[in-house]
Formats: sequence, C-alpha cells, structure tokens
Amino acid sequence: MAQKGKLYRIAGPVVVAKGISAGMYDVVRVGNERLMGEVIQIDGEKTVIQVYEDTSGIRPGEPVENTGKSLSVELGPGMLTSIYDGIQRPLPVLVQKMGDFIKRGVDAPGLDYDKKWEFKASVKVGQKVNGGDFIGEVKETQGIIHKIMVPPKVSGKIKSIKSGKFTVNDVVGKLDNGHELKLKQIWPVRVPRPTQKKLAPTMPLLTGQRIFDVLFPLAKGGVAAIPGPFGAGKTVSQQQLAKWCDAEIIVYIGCGERGNEMTEVLTEFPELADPKTGKPLMDRTVLIANTSNMPVAAREASVYTGITIAEYYRDMGYNVALMADSTSRWAEAMREISSRLEEMPGEEGYPAYLATRLAEFYERAGRVIPLGTEKKGSVTVIGAVSPPGGDFSEPVTQNTLRVTKTFWALDAKLAQRRHFPSINWLTSYSLYMETLGPWFKENVNPDWVKYVGRLMVILQEEEKLMEIVQLVGSDALPDKQQVLLEVARLIREFILQQNAFHEVDTYCDPKKSAAMIESVLKFSDLAEEALKKGVRIKQILTVKSKNQIADSKYTNDYKKLLEKVDKEMESEFAKLKS
Amino acid sequence: MKTKSMKEYKTITRVAGPLVFVEKTEPIGYGELVKISLPDGTIKNGQVLDTSDDTVVVQIFEGTSGIDKETRVKFLGETIKLSVSEDMLGRILNGAGKPMDGGPEIIPDQKLDINGAAINPYARGMPKDFIQTGISTIDGTNTLVRGQKLPIFSGSGLPHNEIALQIARQAKVLGMKEKFVVIFAAMGITNEEAQYFIKDFEETGALERSVVFLNIADDPAVERLITPRMALTAAEYLAYEKNMHVLVILTDLTNYCESLREIGAAREEIPGRRGYPGYMYTDLANIYERAGMVKGKKGSITQIPILTMVGDDITHPIPDLTGYITEGQIVLSRELHRKGIYPPVDVLPSLSRLMNLGIGKERTREDHKPVSDQSYAFYAEGRDLRGLVAIVGEEALSDRDKSLLKFAEEFEDQFVRQGKQEDRTIFGSLGLGWKLLGAIPKDELTRISPELRDQFYGKDVKETTDKKENKKKKEK
Repeated sequence: MAQKGKLYRIAGPVVVAKGISAGMYDVVRVGNERLMGEVIQIDGEKTVIQVYEDTSGIRPGEPVENTGKSLSVELGPGMLTSIYDGIQRPLPVLVQKMGDFIKRGVDAPGLDYDKKWEFKASVKVGQKVNGGDFIGEVKETQGIIHKIMVPPKVSGKIKSIKSGKFTVNDVVGKLDNGHELKLKQIWPVRVPRPTQKKLAPTMPLLTGQRIFDVLFPLAKGGVAAIPGPFGAGKTVSQQQLAKWCDAEIIVYIGCGERGNEMTEVLTEFPELADPKTGKPLMDRTVLIANTSNMPVAAREASVYTGITIAEYYRDMGYNVALMADSTSRWAEAMREISSRLEEMPGEEGYPAYLATRLAEFYERAGRVIPLGTEKKGSVTVIGAVSPPGGDFSEPVTQNTLRVTKTFWALDAKLAQRRHFPSINWLTSYSLYMETLGPWFKENVNPDWVKYVGRLMVILQEEEKLMEIVQLVGSDALPDKQQVLLEVARLIREFILQQNAFHEVDTYCDPKKSAAMIESVLKFSDLAEEALKKGVRIKQILTVKSKNQIADSKYTNDYKKLLEKVDKEMESEFAKLKS
Repeated sequence: MKTKSMKEYKTITRVAGPLVFVEKTEPIGYGELVKISLPDGTIKNGQVLDTSDDTVVVQIFEGTSGIDKETRVKFLGETIKLSVSEDMLGRILNGAGKPMDGGPEIIPDQKLDINGAAINPYARGMPKDFIQTGISTIDGTNTLVRGQKLPIFSGSGLPHNEIALQIARQAKVLGMKEKFVVIFAAMGITNEEAQYFIKDFEETGALERSVVFLNIADDPAVERLITPRMALTAAEYLAYEKNMHVLVILTDLTNYCESLREIGAAREEIPGRRGYPGYMYTDLANIYERAGMVKGKKGSITQIPILTMVGDDITHPIPDLTGYITEGQIVLSRELHRKGIYPPVDVLPSLSRLMNLGIGKERTREDHKPVSDQSYAFYAEGRDLRGLVAIVGEEALSDRDKSLLKFAEEFEDQFVRQGKQEDRTIFGSLGLGWKLLGAIPKDELTRISPELRDQFYGKDVKETTDKKENKKKKEK
C-alpha cells in the first residue's frame, strides 16, 4: 500500500493529494512541515484531506504521508487540570514550544510522557481480565482516583503486574497473550467506547441554579440544549453549570468561542472550590479550547476529542458532565469543510448529514454500566446552540431539539432587563420532570412536585394576565388576579433570578430553593386568605416582610432568615385583617 | 525553496471579477503574494486563493480592469507582509500599508505576516483594567476593559464616528497617565468621513500617537480585506513588541463583509445566509480575536469595530456573527437620535461581557454592578410602560408604574445624554445613577443588597466620593 503521495491542490484548510492510498478518517501528515490532517473524502486517485493547521505557503508537489491510524486521543492519568486544543495538544506545552502565538507544525502528546505516577495494582497474576476491568489505580488529583483499565476488546490472564512509579508509557503488566498493559490507552475519537448496557436516567444532575433544578431538571446521563441569541447568557450559564453541577468530572469544550472567555475559565477555575468536596474545581476538570480563530478543522474535531475523554472517565464509574460551547460553531465548521468539498448543501448551506452527526454525537451521552465493572457511570451532555439572529427555527437548533430532552431556552428580552439566568420559563421544558420527581420528593422535600406544579401554574397564569394588563393596566384586574401577579413577580425576582457573580447566590442548594419557594407560597396563601376576609389588594401590597425573602439569596443562614420572614408575614397579615 | 525562481508567466486563462486564473509550471504556495504587470506598465498586487498542479487562482487587490492575456504574472514566494516600526506613529497609510501622506517610506524594523497567528488561549492575559471613556452609557452600564473587543452597532446616519472619536480622545485607565495609541483603519468609508477623522486627530494632537490606514470608498474593494489585517499587525507589533496600549478603531466592517461576499461570489462558492460566504464567522473571528492581552507582556490591544446595520436589522448576518464573536456590543438607536439625544446609545440591547472583570470593589466601586443592573431593570420596565400609556393614558397607571415611567425619561435625559466634549468620571456616572434611583422607594431596589442601599441611597454620592478623593489629595 502506498503510504506516500504528493499534494495536488490547496485551497484553505482543505487540500487534495494524489498517489496516496488511505482509508476514510486516516490521519495523514501534509507537506514538508508535516502538518496534521485527516482524510475526509476519496475520489478516484484524489484523496481530500482536512488540515488541522494553517496551510499558507504550502505548495503542490509537497509530500503527503499516511500514518494508517485514525484520529485518536491518548487516555490516561494527567488529563484532569489540562487544557487542550481541539486535537488534544496541551496548550501550555505549545506555549513552551512555540511561544504565545499558535504557529504550525508542532506536535505535542496529550499526556505528559515524563511524569511518573504512583500506580497501585489491584489484580493478581493468573487472574482473568476482560476489556474494562480495573487492573489498578493512580491518584490523579487530590479528589480523583484514576482507575487503570484493560482497554476494550482486550482480554486474557494476567501474566505479570507490578505496583510502583511509572510513566504513562511504561509497561506495568502483561497478559498471557503478550498484550502489554500501560497506564494509557489510545482510542479513536469518532468511535464511541463500548459499554455493557445503557440504563434509564433516574438521578438529577444538580446544578445549584434554581431555575434548572426546580423547573427544568436535567438527569445524569441526559442531554440538554441551551439555545440563545448572543448576549443572552449562554456562556455564563455553561460556566455556572461547569462550576457547580454535581458531576464528578467536567469536560468543558470551548468550541469556536472567544479567547478571552477561555482565559476567564482558566483563571477562575483553579481558584474556585467544589461545594461538595472543598477541593479546587480545576482538579475535576478537563478543558478543551479551540477558539474561533484557531484552525476550523480542529474545531470540528474538538467535540469528538471531548466526548471520548468523557466516555473514558465514565468507564471508571464516574458521573461526567460535558459542556460544549457552542455546537453551532461545530456545525459551522462542518459546513465550511463541506462547502470546500463542493458537496451538495442541505438547509442553509449545512451539509445534508448535519442531523445525523448531531444525533450521533448526542447519543454518546447516557447512563451506562461500563465494560467490566459493576459501577454505573454516566455522561451528561449540555450543548449550547447559537442560532443566527436568535431564530430557533434554524437547522442546528431544530436538529438538536429532536434529540435532546431538556431544553433551556435563553431569551434576549430577559437578558436585556438583566433577568439572569435569562431562561424563558414558558418555552423551556424538561422531559425528565416525571422520572426525577421521586428523587426530589425523597431527598429534598416531600412536597417538591406539588410546589413545582404550583409555580408553573402561577407563571402560566401571569403570562395570560399580562396580555390584559398590556391593554388596560393592572389596576383594572380583580383583586385575586392582582395578588397572583404579585406572587408571580416574587417568583420571578426571588426564585428564578440568580446572581452568578455573588459569592453566596452563585450556588443554591435544592433544599434552600425549596425553603424559598415555601415562603413565597406562604405569602400567596396568606394573601388569598386575607382577600377572603375582605382585605383590599392595596393593603396586601404594603406587606413589607415579603421583600425580605430576596435577602435569603445572599446568605447561607437562610433557614433562620426565612423563619423570621414567615413569622413577620403572619403578624403583618394578622394586623391587616383586624 | 523560496527564491527558487522568479519566473514570470503570461498564461492568464480567465479573468472573473477580482479573480485571475493562471496556468503555471512550478509549484506555487497557498496564500502567496503575486505581482501583476500590465502591458501599460501598471503594477497590481494579488494573493493566491487556490493552487493546484496546473492552475492558480489569484485575487487582485486593485481590481482587474485592464488585465489581458499579455499581462505578466510573477509569484513572489512569500505571503503578504507589512513593514512595521515605531516610526509608523503619526503616519497616514493607504489600505495596503503604503504611505500616502507624502512622507518617506517606512524603514522596517520587522516585516510581519499580516494574517498574524492566534494567541494561544493559555498565554492570554485576563482583561480586567477598567477603561474610563467618559461616556456614562459605556462606563456605567457597558464597561469597556483593556484587551476587549467592543463593537458599535450603528445605522446609516447615526453619529458612530463622533462616539468613536470621543472614546479615542477620552479613553484612559483609572490611575494611569499613559494614553492609548490609536490605530485607525478605514474600510470603504467616504473620503469626507475619512477627512473628518484625520482632522479631529490633527486638531487634538492625537495624530502623533496614531497610525491611520485608509481604504476609502473608491479604493479597490478587495484591498479592504487586507486593511484590517494590516492595522492589527501594526497593533500587535506596537502592543507586544513595544509595550504600548493600543486602541484599534475599525470602520466600517459592513463594507469589509461586502467585499468578502464579492470574492466569494466571484469564486462561485456556495453562499450561506444572505449570500455571505459560509466561512464569514471564521474570517471575522480572525480579525476580532486579535484583540487581547498576552501574559507577561505589558501592551494590550483593545478593539472598537464599527458596523452599520443594514436596515437597522440586528439579526442581519454581519452584526449577528459579530455579536457572537465580540465581547458585547454598543447599540445605537435611531429613536434616541431623533429625540436629539447624544450619544444615542440604546442600553437595553447593549452589553459588555467583560464588564464584571473590570468593575467592583478596588476597581471602580462596589455598587457599580448593582446600580447598573437596577437601572437596566427599571429602564426596561419604564420603556415597556410607554406602550401601555399610549393606550390607557398615564392616569390609569399605578404609582409604582408612574415612577418607573418617569425614571425612564430621566434616565434618557440625564444619564444617556451628554455633551460631545463632556468627560464624566465613573464616580460621576454612578452618582448620577443613584440620583435617578433616588426617585424610587428604597425597598423597591431589589437588585441592590440592603447594605449598599443603606450606604448610598438618597445621599449625594457624587459629592461624597469627590470629597473623599479631595481629602486623599489633600493628605498627599
């Protein structure tokens, strides 16, 4: 098989080679500088390659070499706390090798080949192992134990195994069939890692964000989409989720987004502590940054790199959450490559296979029993979508909606009045509400489902009334409906709004949410009762203590405060009645 | 390899719009610079867009008029570079980086590839230095920080140029004396507009610390594609090699995108939305993302791109894609402009994403964000109420609604409106904010924490801060 050929044509990130016989998605080295590329089309003797680096100055006639491998990532200890580009090159290493700006033709392995890890073997010689079985562990960061697994599709009897200090490339053991066991494995990014069984999601992914946890919960192993126009707070929402959600491992993909935002993540995460363990958030995080001005083909690859890493940690039995910001940029990368291939375009110039690719990607989420272990692991995917002009009817949003069960619709209007998180409570939905209800009842508050139901009814009702208010003003409404409007305002301002930049309010425990809801509903009950006894709406609106419910957002000692508020509300209403 | 030969070809096979198709024998690099000599002696420049074993597609910067089959084509073996040196300051260059002010050629300190390279996200410094522009609607509610890219979304006939100039004139970092170096890149604006800018630069003495790149409306459209890249290359040199703080004003990105579409159409590419090429996002990102700071380097690049929204439509692909790349936007409103309010900044759709990094305790003041959020919320509500008033009249409103309606009026009249020469301090802007909020009952200010409310509500905040400042000065 001819492994070498010559470049025939170069037009931007897509090049054509002749005389090479390569398979689809084989990684090839392009030109004298050996730039990394991937075969994406084969047409007679022409092989079309997308190149992950800038192609300026490359000439026809330069060599192309096939590596015979598909685009793969190296999986092993050291990935946590790392920051990679779209093809798993560690960015700090790139800074060392080529300075502050990203130039081309530099290779860097995804894992540190020199670092020695303390490996503790957990299998004995003679033991039979299959793909996915643990053979030992490494303490990767303060809080995370990295289980070393037999790669999928490998099995045999342990012939030798040793504990001690090893690099990721050292052989720590052998199987009777000669297979060498190392701390690292290699896996092609475009192939999902196999599992034993997929399970139905029954546990919520708690996010510490009231509107998500209360109204539109997401399950561990579920899929959520956050679409919204620019400036509606997609990125802040994604970052809040990455900071506070209760997954054990976070994979954050900045796909075609802003450089300064990645810097913000990079500076902030090491300083923040995980609310559950108190350890730095960075210890559980893998970052992938392929900003909008980095090569477009690597952007296309970045989401696959990310999800493969997520699946690998899932296989150890961890709950992993993957944030992709933004999947629209990924889709645009596909479109750009596709148009350079002169493929027949589908809707809005996107390739016809857009829907398939999106569905395939999201399908890699899920709660599973991984190979080999008894533990359950999950990958939850939260994809941001950036619809042009904020129009949700465009192809990427629509195709994403078909496969996601939780839909958090961002609303520019809410953002403009600084209602954050600017999730529209009327258009968003979660299909996990029912399956997760029992969990909330058991673990948070027995009345949870009832409360949530009441909130939704009030908010729906408010929307209807607002149409009338727009025409005639709120004073024209009957007292009962004016009370409802006031309660709805309390729900919006006190419960749904949350300040991501306040040290306390940035994370809200579901128990705290429940307590706040109780107080708001208490006001609602008291007000209705008072109305029945003939108190006028104007008097009810003068009840001052209700505004203090908002203060509970900013304190950890919310129980005391809310109890006090409840009592004050009771006494104020008692005075009104008398 | 590079200087292998300098063959000249007379093998143009096709000319289409700004593109020339040339047959050749030796391998030509993608992105290489091309020199075209017409039979009448005219020299034109171009760049390779597509290269293969037999044909090369060249885009001609100066337009293809006069090119015939006798025209000679020479491939220079290098990509487009700009000669940079500190002597560029005070100079006026054309859109291709050649002096047009009658002065001498720039003696290069370095020659840099104008496409630049992406800053490694890991090497980026975090932008957090508050820039005081002296304009309340920017400083108070949409704060600009050093290293940010904050575009002005304008419309035809709105005073975006005045605002850009006012920012260039007044911008400073609190507590620092050094002024910004201004790099001004004009793409397809009229000669009159260009003169307006240059005149202002000259009058205020700003020209000495400016570099001007001019591609005006009747200059070749294709040249517009390299003008911003030239400007940013100069900016990167001054910022990262010479430790200067650079403010880059790019105007007008709409013309730039039109050129991009023109080239795309000439290449018979499959168009995306509204005929703009599918790679426009990536292309724009390559310009905007060149703003920023680099860890360990003193200089910075702050960008203020200006674009006119076609038909005032913010969902048009140009503002839309821009908004997805830049860190916020300042949106100008025709309605405010008609009311005679300058600057006609519509704060509701405006946004600065990096605001939170640059404000708060120790940077500006701890009440900055709450005041901004509260004003936004009330102003939004007040504006909504205007619609209602038109139907039911003001009498039908509740007291709360009446006060909000009034707030919206006062906000536009006092907070938004200011003079073209008026340079407000941030404390002045915040004091103004508190003054307006003072008309609303204290416990309605739910966006502001109780402590801050107690500290600032109802007091003449501007005075207290100024007094504090004065005290400090006296003590010194």
